[in-house]
This record gives sequence, C-alpha cells and structure tokens, in this order.
Amino acid sequence: MSKVVSALNHTKAHGFVKVEETGVHGMITVRGDLASKEMAAALKAAIGADVPDVRQIVHADGGAVAWMSPDELLVMTAYDQANDTVAKLTEALGSVHALVANVSDARAVFRLSGENAREVLAKVAPVDLSTEAFGAGSFRRSRIAQVAAAFWCNEDNSFELVCFRSVAQYVFDVLKVSAEEGGEVGFL
Amino acid sequence: MLILECPYCGVHAEETELHAEGEAHLKRFGPGSSDDDFETYMFMRENPKGVHFERWRHSNGCGKFFHAARCTMTLEVFGTYSAQTLEPPKDIKDKISAKRPGWSWGNFS
Repeated sequence: MSKVVSALNHTKAHGFVKVEETGVHGMITVRGDLASKEMAAALKAAIGADVPDVRQIVHADGGAVAWMSPDELLVMTAYDQANDTVAKLTEALGSVHALVANVSDARAVFRLSGENAREVLAKVAPVDLSTEAFGAGSFRRSRIAQVAAAFWCNEDNSFELVCFRSVAQYVFDVLKVSAEEGGEVGFL
Repeated sequence: MLILECPYCGVHAEETELHAEGEAHLKRFGPGSSDDDFETYMFMRENPKGVHFERWRHSNGCGKFFHAARCTMTLEVFGTYSAQTLEPPKDIKDKISAKRPGWSWGNFS
C-alpha cells in the first residue's frame, strides 16, 4: 500500500497564533439512535467513551467522540486504528439500524495553539467563541469563511478544526491570514 | 440580520449558517391528482406582508430541516419548531396571536 499523506503534510504558519495541519487522523462517521443503549455500549467497547451531550466532545483513552447532529457522531482515533474501530462498532451495533463509515481520508485536521487561538476562529466563523459560551469540551459544526467545518476547544485552550480534505488549502490560508501578527482583536 | 434557533441542536444560528428552503407545510399533489391541485401545489405560494411560515435548513451545522414562524415586515421571529409536523404547534400559534391578533396564513389562524 502506498504511503499515506495528509492534505497539507503538516504545513505550519506562525502568527499571533500557531496554525498547523496535524497530519492524518482516523475519523469514523456513526449514524443511528444516539439515545439507544446499543449505541452507548458500542462506543464503550470501541474506544471507551460515553455518548457526548449536544454540541460536546468526549475524550477517552481510545480517541474522542463528537456530537455532529441529533443522529450523527464523529469518532476520532489514530489513523491506523480506524478500520479496527469500524469493525468493533459495526459488530457492537449488530442488527440495530445504524451506519458506520471510515471517512479518515476525506478530511483534514488543523490545530490552533496560542493564547488567543479563539480569536482566530471568531473572526471567520459565525459562532459565539467567548470563554463562557465555548469552553473546553465544546464542539461546533459551522462554517469557516465560505466552507463547512467543525471545531472544538481542548483543555489547554487550543482549538482543533476538521474540514473536508478538498478545501484544506483554502481553510489553511484563511486561518493563516486570520492569525497574522497585527490582526489581534483583543476582545475575547 | 436574521437569527433563528435550530430546534435540533439549540444553536442560535445567523442567516449565513442556514439555508432558506421555501414555504412551510406544503401538501404534495403528485401523480393522479387533478391539474388544478397540481398547479396549486407546484406554483402557488403565500407571499404575505406579516406572519409567515418557512422551512429552513441548518446547512452549515447539524444539517436538519426545521420550520420557522416569523414576520416578513418586521423580521420578528415568533419561534422555530420541528419539521416533523403538519401544522404549527399550539404554543407558536398562541405567541403569534398575542402579537398579531386575527392573523391568518393558508389554512391556519
């Protein structure tokens, strides 16, 4: 099998916040009844996480699970664990009406780190990113400038962002400009 | 700017995160219906000055369709509600009646 390369191969930009593409990640779309006990058991078995609350992300030893919509979750693992995790989830969900799909290669992931990381996002997404409204564990699907993206806040106040691989360069350029020195807003 | 609360994910989404999907509560007349019924279903739309019911989609978000009741003249939003319904829920109707007594829209009032 050929070597796996992420969309921008770890490209970085340094402004008042560091923007970096973080390489390949395992990502699995899971759709089904999020309130069912089968779903809770499947997530526990696959990565050891609970079902996240609305617009939240839950981290566990085996990865993370994010709330995407009332019937959709995004399960994140290491890239080389994705297929195993799909198999575990599929088996655990059994005959329940559900969908499990490995979408790792369809996505790109960015990290924004630095004291004012939330400012960089707040400039390009129509989301209330104040510390009270969007703290650690918050997850949001929205848009970055003109394209769809989802992002969440980590414990260390860094942000991670997922978008489609096909728009990775666009998203990187938008974030890079938003993070340029001199572009601090100082409001959040 | 128009801000609608998505009833599925609870986000107060502004217009750019949403997509307008036309009139709410359309009843489809498909194959086998009369020409008049089909024409009405296909082409005839409410175009009120005042209370209006619309379908919206949280396209840059959870992706779900929902309904919104709002005023086309003042842009006041009376409320949003689930798309899995054939008519506006009572609490939305009551809210509109309190603010626009005697309103009517399509078959609703």
